[in-house]
Amino acid sequence: MGIQLEKVSYVYEQGTAMQTSALQDVTLEIPDNQFIGLIGHTGSGKSTLVQLLNGLLKPSSGRVLYNGEDIHSDKYDKKVLRAAVGLVFQYPEHQLFEVDVLSDVMYGPRNLGLDEAECKKRAVEALADVGMEEEYFKTSPFDLSGGQKRRVAIAGVLAMRPSILILDEPTAGLDPRGRDEILGLISRMKKEYSMTIILVSHSMDDVARYVERIIVMGGGKKIFDNTPEGVFRHYKELEDLGLSAPQITYIMNLLKEKGLDVRTNALTVEQAAEEILAKIPVKK
Amino acid sequence: MIKVSKLIHDYIQRDEDGNPSGTIRAIDDVSLDVKPGQFIAILGHNGSGKSTLAKHLNALLFPTEGAVWINGLDTRDQQYLWEIRQTAGMVFQNPDNQIIGQVVEEDVGFGPENMGVPTEEIWERVEESLKAVGMYEYRKKSPNRLSGGQKQRVSIAGVIAMHPRCIVMDEPTAMLDPSGRADVIRAALTLNKGEGITIILITHYMEEAIQADRIFVMDRGRIAMQGSPREIFSRVEEMQELHLDVPQVTLLAHTLRSRGVDIPEGILTSEELARAICPDAK
Repeated sequence: MGIQLEKVSYVYEQGTAMQTSALQDVTLEIPDNQFIGLIGHTGSGKSTLVQLLNGLLKPSSGRVLYNGEDIHSDKYDKKVLRAAVGLVFQYPEHQLFEVDVLSDVMYGPRNLGLDEAECKKRAVEALADVGMEEEYFKTSPFDLSGGQKRRVAIAGVLAMRPSILILDEPTAGLDPRGRDEILGLISRMKKEYSMTIILVSHSMDDVARYVERIIVMGGGKKIFDNTPEGVFRHYKELEDLGLSAPQITYIMNLLKEKGLDVRTNALTVEQAAEEILAKIPVKK
Repeated sequence: MIKVSKLIHDYIQRDEDGNPSGTIRAIDDVSLDVKPGQFIAILGHNGSGKSTLAKHLNALLFPTEGAVWINGLDTRDQQYLWEIRQTAGMVFQNPDNQIIGQVVEEDVGFGPENMGVPTEEIWERVEESLKAVGMYEYRKKSPNRLSGGQKQRVSIAGVIAMHPRCIVMDEPTAMLDPSGRADVIRAALTLNKGEGITIILITHYMEEAIQADRIFVMDRGRIAMQGSPREIFSRVEEMQELHLDVPQVTLLAHTLRSRGVDIPEGILTSEELARAICPDAK
């Protein structure tokens, strides 16, 4: 069933001189088992949207439904939602705090009220999922490298077994290899647990490579909601929104403009290479 | 402008009681020369030592062994400390940690004010610095109301207002959206080409490095590769072994080449690729 937003608006500091409308009349459906990219420039409303999805903010108007139930009705148990929608903040490694890696990952399940054995079982599994071996379980999280810390922080959310996982810029500050590792991990989790993933990102290249659907926010409104191909076709409009398309989109459009009859819908280097090879003579 | 000679930097590890328990070598015998007015990019994976190197260029860290000279001044000599920090300004990753003023122009004026510049001249410097990064029209705004890219440009203006000969930027675009990223790089290029300020740009975005005069690639505290962008990005496999990438257009050209298309290695822009393979572009 997933999450539905029905005509949701959100106004910060309503009724004061500082009143700012952050989200206007957004209707969205987040189904189960989908890999979604959420993009938008700074101040486009995407962070507000994320906080509405897991009930941290309450809409000024409109409704947010999880599995058909209004999450802000009086009788709704928010614990259900909090367990189901996991949120990995930007630079999540700044939120590590426990004495060792294993306890840090067990913190989330403990908060769900699970017994100690179950908490431990989940933490061990989540750490295995992110590739942290047993030798690190008793290590202080502060003695890990940046990439390891980030994986432990993600394990902490995975251990709560969310059915929807939202990650805010999970690759910010990582080198290309670290970026590929984290995105590969997320992609594997999606397949293994049939989760819905919402990837908030400024990197169009990453988004193009991994997701099946892209939601574009701009000025508090939903501007596009389509497949990557469908969204990046509008690359000129994306630029007006302070965004861009993947580098490959620009390359293919330029080649076409310069007289090479290629389709411009390729999103990755491999797809672009295939398309070009089909259109130019190759010496063997 | 900058001379680094056989630089070694060890971080001291401490146990729970604060006693030294060992050292980690972050910089291992690095030598390099940067001439005035050059645009230098430093690439390297996380933990390769590039941020440690950057901190040496601004005398925030001091050599364990070897030496660093900024404009002829030895960073080991305490009496030159302030002069060095004025010569080589620094811009960090997170703009929110670098902005202190309540109003944009106050923030930019903070540096020169600290240096004891006369009030009249402070205002002149604030104006020219904000104009140089394209933020003059925001001078009366609160920094809190700016986007990430705008804040970062204000941070850069704050550095320019101190009239540095050189600016070291440590991943200044890591937290920005695409347009913010483009604006910051454009501002850096303008300062370099227009004002002749030496720029050292540390980045994980390979496409930001293609306009550099020279690239240094760091790995395990050493300089693993150095050369022009074309020389560096021609070595696709080596870059990947160092956990890095090449720009996507370079990778595409490399893939086409390996599949038998007759084009040169080290293509850096879409235009170059178009010239190599498109009928109308020749």
